[in-house]
Amino acid sequence: MTGIVVATGQVSEDFFRDRSGGGCIEENRLFCPGWVIENADRYLGPTLEHLLLVGSAVIVGFGLAFWLAVLAHRHRWLSSPFLAATGILYTIPSISFFFLLLPLTGRGMLTAIIALTAFSLQIIFRNVATGLRNVPDSVRTAAVGMGLTGRQILWRIEIPLALPEIIAGLRIATVSTVALATLAVFANGGGLGGEIIVGSNITFKTGIIVAGSIAIVMAIAFDGLLLVAGKILSPWKRATP
Amino acid sequence: MSILESLPQTLALFGPFTDAFDFVVSGREAQTGGVQVGGPGQVLDLATTQLEVTLLALTVAIVLALPLGLALGHFGRGEFLAVSIGNGGRAIPELALIALMAAAIGVGMVNLVVALAILGIPPILTNAYVGIRQVDRSVVEAARGMGMGNLATILRVELPLAVPLVMGGIRTSAINIVATATIAPLAGILTLGDFIIARNVYGDTGVLAGAVLVALMALTIEATLAAVQWGLTPRALKSGRAT
Repeated sequence: MTGIVVATGQVSEDFFRDRSGGGCIEENRLFCPGWVIENADRYLGPTLEHLLLVGSAVIVGFGLAFWLAVLAHRHRWLSSPFLAATGILYTIPSISFFFLLLPLTGRGMLTAIIALTAFSLQIIFRNVATGLRNVPDSVRTAAVGMGLTGRQILWRIEIPLALPEIIAGLRIATVSTVALATLAVFANGGGLGGEIIVGSNITFKTGIIVAGSIAIVMAIAFDGLLLVAGKILSPWKRATP
Repeated sequence: MSILESLPQTLALFGPFTDAFDFVVSGREAQTGGVQVGGPGQVLDLATTQLEVTLLALTVAIVLALPLGLALGHFGRGEFLAVSIGNGGRAIPELALIALMAAAIGVGMVNLVVALAILGIPPILTNAYVGIRQVDRSVVEAARGMGMGNLATILRVELPLAVPLVMGGIRTSAINIVATATIAPLAGILTLGDFIIARNVYGDTGVLAGAVLVALMALTIEATLAAVQWGLTPRALKSGRAT
């Protein structure tokens, strides 16, 4: 396994110097807490980059998928082609997608964001579409009876009632994207992946564990935030016993 | 000029993709000089490894997760377990898992398959559980009334009705596994991802070729599993339901 070169940030000379004593780093033990405390600041930048990658991909993906789902809700025949197209984008592995974009956007954060967005579309589309479809016809009929227009029915009746499914889709998409965004390092897209593959080195266990853990905590935090947001946005759910 | 002769010029419009095609069909000299890389021989070799690794890990994941998910769903136990494994599994960064496995436990086939199977288990377990739970309870009661035991009820009543969700889980799992098998070279097993990761050897042409090949492999696996799902779905469930 020689010759693997993954371009990431330069590793300074004293990177692996053990300031914690005890030779933990020299021996590359599984986890060196002393080193982590000394070097905690080096994870701030990659963490922010990771947030930027995930945030942009999920926000753009949500906007796009939501719009597609509303369109497919209005024109039912669009549903199958949209599902197939987003399905293909979902199936193509992100790491492959990065480099399919190589001739178009080259390497960098934009490439990573496009690929991650493409991945998230299907999950969100499917959930929004299902949520809208599951609104009972009787509710729709009642809304028509009250004199609401099509647009009002969509925004005031259907979307609020579909909210639990929409949030569920958003949670799955966000958590998966946080994990996948570690691969952005292969496309020079930054993020926590650069702390997993340090320089061209993938044997630094402490670094792998710290960066991986930050990604997991970030995923859990996003999941919790969205869960709470869903609860706040659908207060009527709490009223039901 | 005949059409055949002008074909290369036409293809040249696709620039990098043509080069990538060339890389697959006839290979080229390595960036590092000397040896010949790419070409059908190496492509087939790496593709076979990636397919083997994927199928092996998927099989392990199915064997471990499917019976457990079906049983938990049938007896209505362990919802918390089934659902949190599904949710938790999504949060595992693939790169960190493969890297840690390689760095802490060691490189090699067995470790790789274990790591990939770990990624494959959550969707299968959760979907099998949910699939069985959403089967109409009255149908299950009817099966009991006909004298079916637990195993017969699961295999002949619940599982067929749960095929869309169960297969959905297996498909998600397969996509995760084949995608992650792309970074298997980091764990010492050379798959198509080698073209992507070892850019210093294959150059951007090799990287692009690898990306196309990986995408094709993932899409082929997904299409095959979709066909399997179609074949396994009871006829009565097929009509009028788009998946």
